[in-house]
Amino acid sequence: MSDASSSFLSAALRHRLAWPLVTLALLLAVNTAFNASFLHIEWRDGHLYGSLIDILNRAAPLVLVSLGMTLVIATRGIDISVGAVVAIAAALVAWMVGGSVSGNVSRFPMPLAIGAALGIALLCGLWNGLLVAKVGMQPIIATLILMVAGRGIAQLITGGQIITIYYAPFFFLGGGYLLGLPFSLFIVAVVFAVLHLAVTRTALGLFIQAVGINPTAARVAGVQARRLIVGAYTCCGLCAGIAGLLISSNVKSADGNNAGQLLELDAILAVTLGGTALTGGRFSLVGSVIGALIIQTLTYAIYSLGVPPEINLVVKAVVVFIVMLLQSPEFRANVGMWVRRPVARELRS
Amino acid sequence: MSTALTQPLDAGAQSARDAAPPHSRFNPKYLPLAATISLFVAMATLGSVLYTGFFSAQVFLNLLIDNAFLIVVAVGMTFVILSGGIDLSVGSVVALTTMVSATLVEHRGWSPGVVIPLVLLMGTAFGALMGFLIERFRLQPFIVTLAGMFLARGLCYLISIDSISITNEFYSEVSQLRIPLWADASLSISAVIAIGVLLAAVFIAQCTPFGRAVYALGGSEQSALLMGLPVRATLVGVYTLSGFCSALAGVIFTFYMLSGYGLHATGLELDAIAAVVIGGTLLTGGVGYMAGTLFGVLMLGIIQTLIAFDGSLSSWWTRIVVGALLFIFCLLQRLLTSRTPKPT
Repeated sequence: MSDASSSFLSAALRHRLAWPLVTLALLLAVNTAFNASFLHIEWRDGHLYGSLIDILNRAAPLVLVSLGMTLVIATRGIDISVGAVVAIAAALVAWMVGGSVSGNVSRFPMPLAIGAALGIALLCGLWNGLLVAKVGMQPIIATLILMVAGRGIAQLITGGQIITIYYAPFFFLGGGYLLGLPFSLFIVAVVFAVLHLAVTRTALGLFIQAVGINPTAARVAGVQARRLIVGAYTCCGLCAGIAGLLISSNVKSADGNNAGQLLELDAILAVTLGGTALTGGRFSLVGSVIGALIIQTLTYAIYSLGVPPEINLVVKAVVVFIVMLLQSPEFRANVGMWVRRPVARELRS
Repeated sequence: MSTALTQPLDAGAQSARDAAPPHSRFNPKYLPLAATISLFVAMATLGSVLYTGFFSAQVFLNLLIDNAFLIVVAVGMTFVILSGGIDLSVGSVVALTTMVSATLVEHRGWSPGVVIPLVLLMGTAFGALMGFLIERFRLQPFIVTLAGMFLARGLCYLISIDSISITNEFYSEVSQLRIPLWADASLSISAVIAIGVLLAAVFIAQCTPFGRAVYALGGSEQSALLMGLPVRATLVGVYTLSGFCSALAGVIFTFYMLSGYGLHATGLELDAIAAVVIGGTLLTGGVGYMAGTLFGVLMLGIIQTLIAFDGSLSSWWTRIVVGALLFIFCLLQRLLTSRTPKPT
């Protein structure tokens, strides 16, 4: 009996989403233990209200960026320019809908502004993809170029100022509610559904894994590696662009210098927490979503426990260290030896 | 192609060329370095022609004075990149150094003579720890140093979230001190330290077993292992060296800013990586020169000086120009490396 249950447990723990889920559950438990009303959700002002909804809403931009980042990392790449792309998209949309203080006049029609912001984000992603796949630069360097120049471009658009947005309909994107839930969640759900269907219902997911595991073998097997890589970076740029729209809509302004600061690092962290190795190959979109939620829940826990927010970074660093050590086969082998030895001695005696 | 055809015809010339020392011909591997230096000279000329007062010894010495900490950080970064790794923690180690120095000197009243060796030791240990993790557990340098970056910044905020200004006499005197060179041109202590570090780095990279091992490691870890080089010790050593350089840069930065602050030197790691790349070091490791890194830093400095002299250009043009330069140099390197694999 205990044998069967333990084997079921070990099988469940071997599932790749097990550890991310355990981490998330632990964090939620810690939050609940210190704040009894944490899990409480109520209907207020015509929409759902509660800590969990708040975490989901705040995590939305990070989830979007992590989804795009997952595809890039799966192809053995990395995109450190997403924060800059967020800033560019936010700056452009703020400039295009901003202007009048009256609240219902925009400089350009809102659909055009959103289209332009997404378009420029798409172009940024395409640029990265072409540098990596066609020119053959290292992904870190190819995206470093846009990371350095991107914030300059964003400041160029905003004229070095923080643009405040007064156009009320735009606020719905990042702060509005649909069917009682934050509208941003629907955007995340749509993006996730499209990507998930694309990688599970078509051969795309398999091709991306093939490119990540062995680019040469994938090419020999007839996979259009270059096109896939360009596609992955373009998709990542687009996701960052959508995140930029959500962020600028939520804070009702655009700051070329600080919008999306360190977002690239959080996104990479979310992908790693979700169990996707940085060496490419096997990836999990669900894992990245969980990873992003872990980061946001951790942030929430730090704030709600009354821990000074300064410690946030130290906690994050410790979490990264622990997760990467757990992911390292060498470390697990070492710890396995330490753990098994005393057990073996006990059994002998 | 054409050389292959003409070879049998002028065999005499060919043998004469063979007899000549190999460095008399221009080696294409120096091309990125030459490109950086000529671009620097071109920009300096442009500035001198456009703006009055630009062509003076002090303007160029100021490049060294204002970028002393960046030179020191970039030297450490060059070693890491030569070995095929990357160190994202340098900026936050600089900030942590300024913070620890400021709090020990100001709040605890310790003597700078104790504090400076202590912070240098701290930075070195920090780098060694990251190197150990990377080497022992085969972790990715990107992620380990990313965590190191979070940790060091976080520790800064643990000490204080406010800026601590330094009023200690020793620090303010060192920051004021100028070493006169000729006429009215002078150099600061920090710049002298930076030049010393650079010279030491050139010596270490070119003339010591450690330096040669770093190049070998960056070229191919497998080959370096098979050659019997101390790969593991070198790997740890490279990150330790980078940690030491970051701490030393932090000390210089403390002299420069006369304060400790958790937000000091944000994004310095990007500047350092950009300087190393513009200096012609390949990010895949194994190829590059310390002199290139110096000119990479000077290039970043002269762009800022040009924009400052112009006055009408906004500061964000610096980032766009640096981005464009990065693009040009990466493209150039790419073209060079795609040609070299074919044996000539």
